[in-house]
Amino acid sequence: MEWEYSPAPESSAIGDIKDRYLPFIDGTFKEGNGEDRDTINPGTAKRLSTVSTVNEADIDRAVNAARQAYENVWSDMPGAERGKFLFRIARGIAERSRELAVVETLDNGKPIKETRDFDVPAAAQHFFYHAGWADKLQHLGLGPAPHPLGVAGQVIPWNFPLLMAAWKIAPALAAGNTVVIKPAETTPLSVLVLAEIIADADLPPGVVNIVTGAGDVGSTLVNHRGIDKVAFTGSTAVGRRIQRELAGTGRKITLELGGKGANIIFEDAAQDQAVEGIINGIFFNQGQVCCAGSRLLVQESIAEEFTERLKQRIETLRVGDPMDKNTDVGAINSEAQLGRITALMKAGIAEGAELWSSSCPLPKNGFYLSPSIFTNATPSMRIAREEIFGPVLTTMTFRTPDEAVSKANNSPYGLSAGVWTEKGSRAMGMAAALRAGVIWDNTFNRFDPAASFGGYKESGFGREGGPSGLAAYLDTDDEVVTQ
Amino acid sequence: MSHLAVSKTYKLFIGGAFPRSESGRTYQARHDDGNFMANAALASRKDLRDAAVAARKGFATWSKATAYNRGQVIYRMAEMLEGRKAEFIELIMLSTGATTKIATAEVEASVDRLVHYAGWTDKLAAVLGSSNPVSSPYFSYSVPEPTGVVGILAPSGSPLLGLISVIAPVITGGNACLAIAAEEDPCIAITFAEVVATSDMPAGVINILTGKMSELAPHLAGHADVNALDLTGAAAELRRSLEEAAAETVKRVYVPKGLPDFTAAPGTARLRAFLEIKTVWHPTGALSLSGGTSY
Repeated sequence: MEWEYSPAPESSAIGDIKDRYLPFIDGTFKEGNGEDRDTINPGTAKRLSTVSTVNEADIDRAVNAARQAYENVWSDMPGAERGKFLFRIARGIAERSRELAVVETLDNGKPIKETRDFDVPAAAQHFFYHAGWADKLQHLGLGPAPHPLGVAGQVIPWNFPLLMAAWKIAPALAAGNTVVIKPAETTPLSVLVLAEIIADADLPPGVVNIVTGAGDVGSTLVNHRGIDKVAFTGSTAVGRRIQRELAGTGRKITLELGGKGANIIFEDAAQDQAVEGIINGIFFNQGQVCCAGSRLLVQESIAEEFTERLKQRIETLRVGDPMDKNTDVGAINSEAQLGRITALMKAGIAEGAELWSSSCPLPKNGFYLSPSIFTNATPSMRIAREEIFGPVLTTMTFRTPDEAVSKANNSPYGLSAGVWTEKGSRAMGMAAALRAGVIWDNTFNRFDPAASFGGYKESGFGREGGPSGLAAYLDTDDEVVTQ
Repeated sequence: MSHLAVSKTYKLFIGGAFPRSESGRTYQARHDDGNFMANAALASRKDLRDAAVAARKGFATWSKATAYNRGQVIYRMAEMLEGRKAEFIELIMLSTGATTKIATAEVEASVDRLVHYAGWTDKLAAVLGSSNPVSSPYFSYSVPEPTGVVGILAPSGSPLLGLISVIAPVITGGNACLAIAAEEDPCIAITFAEVVATSDMPAGVINILTGKMSELAPHLAGHADVNALDLTGAAAELRRSLEEAAAETVKRVYVPKGLPDFTAAPGTARLRAFLEIKTVWHPTGALSLSGGTSY
């Protein structure tokens, strides 16, 4: 039987995309002094809008505004009042959620059903959760009056633009810090809509500043002498560089970096559920997720049958227009990213792994890639070690639980892992043995502001969400020193 | 006839054994008055790498030990130290020129520090972990887990209390360590290793090297199988380059804000610096969100 879906497009008009966006500094939207940058709709490869970017003088202004706001307003404001501002922002996001979802999908390329059902509501929830902490910091177990750090410099990636901004801004503000944040150059729009919501919430000027531009702006920001705390989410290469650049400065850093998450399927797993979980683990957001389950480890006894089931299911994924409400897999964020993914795929083929890709039709324009699986991969191949950051799954097999653990842990990364088994004791035992910051038993890619998230090893340090996420924005050093 | 004292050969402490430096090198430890005290091992880069291998093995054992067991072993260290109190008082007086009163206070504080941390092992999860009220049908919890192998540059000044104050919080969380002792007090550090060796501590959990910190520290900071660094004993001018080396493998780095006052009650910063928070999600099905309709 043929199943044809009629198109079910969300309306682009709801996004109300303007022709030009400006950085948000000291409470006002003002032209930056950097070069203009176009932002592209990855779904069509056409220009979406133009963004004014900042130069060093603008960054100085933003950091100074944040410093003034910290010293004169925000750090002295009672926690309950700070919390009320955050509650306002949470409500503002919820009220403009449909618009934000459209903006995010147009600018990022991810399917509208993901922005609508995940990115935007999760961002609102993040502000709501942290709002409640603002007047309860003394209950964190970090002393009677934990002190904020000052001005936070934050740099976020393009894969969850609005949500990452929420992950960074909400805990910083709840703890009493002010921020200067830089969204990724390919996805600035939803964060600048958030700036409008922040302005409408009457947040005091300078508490949140949004600077636009590429990596050079981020580098200038995190190295700025007026910054007390640096928070970065992005690649391990850049995280390492930031850690090195900040050596000896005494500034508190948190890094949320890359991953190569193992998704481990035991022979007793509920296979249909496992298939769904693996699909979610690697094709959610086109696989452009730091905690993606990109290394599939299947127990040898079921590997052949299981891989077939997986392929059958992948064949049914609808790849295409991100604005279509039926789309499962949307567009890759940029041409450059598509190039990086395909280069690693070529390396996988050259190293002898077998590539299988879905036969789904792809739109003519835009940055698209068929969901793909590598079989017969070995742990030494680049596709098994390096983060592909795309809809490409690398599969390997194992025989015993011990082998699964050692293969899964054999990575410089340690961000996430998944375990699929119907045996409760094995699930719990595996969860304890895996060296990763987030373990999903019989599920994958679950997030909540109440549950902390972050990496082991070279996936970075520090947590976001939960009580430990707030510690990242407070002075928690309680050692008595004499000088 | 008078008894000719048998003096001790001070060696390294790696993997539960006391080897000489593979390099065959030694250096002279001196009394506070400048007189010869003993020859100490001058550890090499190879010794440091051996210690890192031993620490990784020690970590595998120690991180799997129960919190209760870890507490008992650390308490056992306190017992062993108490029993050798007189020896340590004498060593501290000779090495630093401290009075009996000051040296006694340092040893007693060191015993108490171990007892303090012995009681921490089975409380960390309750204090730093959480059950997470997520808005979906999952049981989600967060627990502290050890970071792995921690490289420690031990402070000078109060040679026993300082060493114990940096090692104890690291191993309390389940980490293994590789400590470089303060250069001028190798005898105290290695005598403390004898306490460790007689405390049921699994081999490799605590490894102690003596020698030149300026020679060893860069290799420690750059070692790819060391997960974290405690720079308490690092000279100020070394810190930046050590932190730069640490960044290559994204190591966690603890740098105190000043000269720690080890006589003060320890907080939790040193414990937290070498712990990771792991969050686990487990499905509960729709029942967990039904709010308990059976009551």
